[in-house]
Amino acid sequence: MNIERHEIEKLATLSRIAINEETINQVSQGLSSVLELVDQLQAVDTSGVDAMSHPLQANQRLREDEVSEINQREAFQGIAPDTEDGLFLVPKVIE
Amino acid sequence: MHNLTIAELVQGLQSKKFTSVELTQHFLDRIAELNPDYNAVITVTAEQALKAATAADQRLAAGNAPALCGVPILHKDIFCTNGVRTSCGSKMLDNFIPPYNATVVENFEQAGAVVLGKTNMDEFAMGSSNETSFYGPVKNPWATDCVPGGSSGGSAAAVAARLAPGATATDTGGSIRQPAALCGITGLKPTYGRVSRWGMIAFASSLDQGGPMARTAEDCALLLNCMASYDDKDSTCIEREVPDYSASLNSSIKGLRIGVPKEYFSDGLNPGTETAVRSALAELEAQGAELVEISLPNSALSVPAYYVIAPAEASANLSRFDGVRYGYRCEEPKDLEDLYCRTRAEGFGEEVQRRILIGTYCLSAGYYDAYYGKAQQVRQLIQQDFATAFEQVDLIMGPTCPSPAFKFGSKGDDPVAMYLEDIYTIATNLAGLPGMSVPCGLVDNKPVGLQIIGNYFDEARMLNAAHQYQQHTEWHNAAPEGLV
Repeated sequence: MNIERHEIEKLATLSRIAINEETINQVSQGLSSVLELVDQLQAVDTSGVDAMSHPLQANQRLREDEVSEINQREAFQGIAPDTEDGLFLVPKVIE
Repeated sequence: MHNLTIAELVQGLQSKKFTSVELTQHFLDRIAELNPDYNAVITVTAEQALKAATAADQRLAAGNAPALCGVPILHKDIFCTNGVRTSCGSKMLDNFIPPYNATVVENFEQAGAVVLGKTNMDEFAMGSSNETSFYGPVKNPWATDCVPGGSSGGSAAAVAARLAPGATATDTGGSIRQPAALCGITGLKPTYGRVSRWGMIAFASSLDQGGPMARTAEDCALLLNCMASYDDKDSTCIEREVPDYSASLNSSIKGLRIGVPKEYFSDGLNPGTETAVRSALAELEAQGAELVEISLPNSALSVPAYYVIAPAEASANLSRFDGVRYGYRCEEPKDLEDLYCRTRAEGFGEEVQRRILIGTYCLSAGYYDAYYGKAQQVRQLIQQDFATAFEQVDLIMGPTCPSPAFKFGSKGDDPVAMYLEDIYTIATNLAGLPGMSVPCGLVDNKPVGLQIIGNYFDEARMLNAAHQYQQHTEWHNAAPEGLV
């Protein structure tokens, strides 16, 4: 299975990973090799088989809607690349 | 002191043969002296360790010491440690200092353990050789031109080199068992949901599970007693009492039915590995266990199913690393899009990027049913194989990996060659079952692991069989030359 250039570009955009021109062929080869492996699944008859999501069929637990955590904004923002007045800073989005 | 087991260290500390400060200093000295040869430990927390050891000695003197009081351990660098860098082996988190402890870290703190530092690992736990770490590969103490296995290669190599008597690790597709096998130590991946994942950096959330590594099954039982707990903060954690895993270690294994899957002894298995595993099975048979040939017909599908499910979940989990709230951020982004794309291209290594791209592909519009949906159905078939087998047997045993430790770079450029290293371990993660690896021989002076797979929450029975095996054999006491 060979994955085409325009598909790699689309995946790069969806994944928000910049892929440069020099490595695009190498990336394509690696992905094609893995997709060839996983394509073995297509030959399996799975009609009538349920998809499995949790090994023990556990359900998400619910809890009362009560405040359980204290505000730790300073601790969390202390490790951020760039903050100001309690906000995370990113490059300007709207001119 | 570094040759004593955790059980012996606990006794020595409680009977005041040595203090925790002496013990801790001894291991810190060993790490300083030997770690440059192995690169197993990437952060040493000497000051905190000695402070914790002093506190442990006071509790020991006062006679109110908890289970692991004063015992030094190492944490895999995937577990968040308050105030101590937690890198997950990635440039992305090279500067990340968590403001909180993982539940597992908290449990060890409650039990009085002393943390010596953090261990090296494949980047975001993606790898089977430790070659994908941002901090460089870990070397196998048995043969420094060979890999220690991965992703918990740092923890495994550290325990094998006696840099710590035990360490924490995680296993998504074999990351505890395979490095344990390749480094000649004992490691256990518990049932999915047994150990809290809170504060354990997520790779594939439906498969990830933390577990212990040590030299013996008895020590793994002591560590698991502390690691396993119900945790409200992890919504997939199972609310179920934690038994005392040490209590049944000495039970007889007479009449134990051991399933031997024929698929685990097919082509591709190293003949030396096969001989070692077969003699381990014969030893258990001599102790009264019964060997039953079984079949796990869908085994071969586990690797392809895993390489859809794990990358799909990883691509979602790793979307949080965007250079905004913590971790790496690229220099001078020209706009927000550039900030995301370059931060992730520069912060993630090649294998991590590959898995994000694969996962994105499998989850993208038009492909979801054909890949992710299909893989989740195949996962059900694999689980069904085990359910059928466990109707006739108590435990399943076979090799942990196809061959002993391989040389650095020997898997070449094809990622699939490396993926097949986990061919015997992945199925248990897909089914959510517990699995462990126990040293059972040497091939060309490199360790071989016996894999023990149990039914859900049957860790005590696995540990019992492993302990009985270790009572009659010496492989767990074998050490790399010059390290005793």
